[in-house]
Amino acid sequence: MTKLWEKAAQIREDLVTLIYKSGGGHIGGDLSETDILVTLYYKYLHCSPSLVNDPNRDRFILSKGHSVETLYCILADLGYFPKSDLDNYSGFNSKYIGHPNNHVNGIEMNTGSLGHGLSLGVGMSLAGKMDKKDYRVYVVMGDGELAEGSVWEAAMAAAHYRLDNLTVFVDRNHLQISGDTEKVMSQDSLQERWGAFGWNTITINGNKIGEISRAIEIAQKNSENPTIIIANTTKGCGCPSIENKAEWHHKLPTLAEYKTLLAEIRAGGVSHE
Amino acid sequence: MNNIANKAVICDVLLQAANKDKNIVVLCSDSRGSGSMTAFANSNPTQFIEVGIAEQNLVAISAGLASCGKKTYAVSPASFLSTRSMEQVKVDVAYSNTNVKLVGISGGISYGSLGATHHSVNDIAIMSSIANMRVYLPSDRFQTKELIEKLLQDKKPAYIRVGRNAVEDVYTDGKIDFTLDKATVVTEGNDIAIIACGEMVSTAKVAADQLQTQGIKARVLDMYCLKPLDRQAIQKAAEECKGIITIEEHSCYGGLGSLVCSVVAQTCFTKVKVLALPDEPIVSGKSPQIFAHYGLNSAGIMAAVKEILK
Repeated sequence: MTKLWEKAAQIREDLVTLIYKSGGGHIGGDLSETDILVTLYYKYLHCSPSLVNDPNRDRFILSKGHSVETLYCILADLGYFPKSDLDNYSGFNSKYIGHPNNHVNGIEMNTGSLGHGLSLGVGMSLAGKMDKKDYRVYVVMGDGELAEGSVWEAAMAAAHYRLDNLTVFVDRNHLQISGDTEKVMSQDSLQERWGAFGWNTITINGNKIGEISRAIEIAQKNSENPTIIIANTTKGCGCPSIENKAEWHHKLPTLAEYKTLLAEIRAGGVSHE
Repeated sequence: MNNIANKAVICDVLLQAANKDKNIVVLCSDSRGSGSMTAFANSNPTQFIEVGIAEQNLVAISAGLASCGKKTYAVSPASFLSTRSMEQVKVDVAYSNTNVKLVGISGGISYGSLGATHHSVNDIAIMSSIANMRVYLPSDRFQTKELIEKLLQDKKPAYIRVGRNAVEDVYTDGKIDFTLDKATVVTEGNDIAIIACGEMVSTAKVAADQLQTQGIKARVLDMYCLKPLDRQAIQKAAEECKGIITIEEHSCYGGLGSLVCSVVAQTCFTKVKVLALPDEPIVSGKSPQIFAHYGLNSAGIMAAVKEILK
């Protein structure tokens, strides 16, 4: 069986290739969230192509919808749709567009406008409680996204209703399109903020699959309140030539840069174990 | 004199339906009292969700619930529901195509003396411009009941606006001719057509009765379905009547008048007089005072008829 770090490296290659070939995408955030999404989809999410309409399936919302390339590559790899479908990514009239689209098999809800995903997750978690189902709901948000006021409306509601079936990741890569998150709109210390809102808080290295796994398992065992996993990540993670550079939020690689990115991914995958 | 507000009727219909269908969920934003949903909240606490004063959250949580099979009714003052949460309406409800029914209560200038913060005179324009969103302004309690019962049967998004107070009956219980998305002919006539929606249908009916005494037969169309608009009924009125008057509790921009003019200009040209709220901060006061100030009453309709038929 492929190890998760190997799978994460493969998905990194796939998403970098998708972005290079299609000429569109948000490469920095894709790479920072890859280990979280791989850990969820290949180890924990109770969902598969045969379960997309199963009412008991786990729900996943990519609230930072601009980083959709990682998600598409994972869904294609898992067989939700043929990999060749992504040849038309960002093409005219394609359903594989630059943000999650629920016409794509495996995508629950449309996202892309920031600050919506957590509220959607609260609704799904409430439905699970009402129906006495034991599915879990996972939401991945960006750190820049936390400036949206609606995030905190949802944070209040999730804690108020003690939604222990809701687990949220903040992809804390410290960079947004204009630069350092702390210069755009400071938000440290996130653990205290979410704790004050009544959440179970865990801080990890979000590019280490072992830490991600342990955090998910802690969240699954918690029966008091929703869990937020503040996942400290590196924007562009896995490709040192573009790591921690704000311009790579959605910059497109040249052919030479693309070759460098692939070489870097192949050389460094094991570091994410 | 009817004293049952349309919003109270919505609560009654949902209460009865919820007893049989556990997937019906009502959500409020600290608005259960103003939305007449207290009875629902008390009777069906497991099917009621309070989100606090947070309209964006109200709509997106409703969409999340709906994606899991719930039939959600998000009830909040129309002024906030149609603007504060517009993006959640656009993305999470309409674009994601979730079974969320948005109930805008105390719409128009129902909160007349509370000022522009509480007026919703843009909601037809806003909601009807969103793809995959339907827009309904029922006129009286009987039509409201028919409408909600029909909407309970489908899974598509919709916005329903009702006023704060009870309105005069337009129809008689058991004798309402209701077909979803078809305008209702309230009175027959070919001299002039009066196309109205919401609370203004009752006003149009009063005006039609007055016109009758003057030998003018007015066709009153209850265009409760703003979207999808009953274009056929508008075209028919344009072809068969000497002119059209529209009357609505909404801005003159993007409401019923604009929609009717668009159909008339593209199909069968006739004179149209639009009675609506002007593009200015609306004066404060009780609803009848505000309506009288802007000519949104039977006197205003009579004057418009005279102008068209002169």
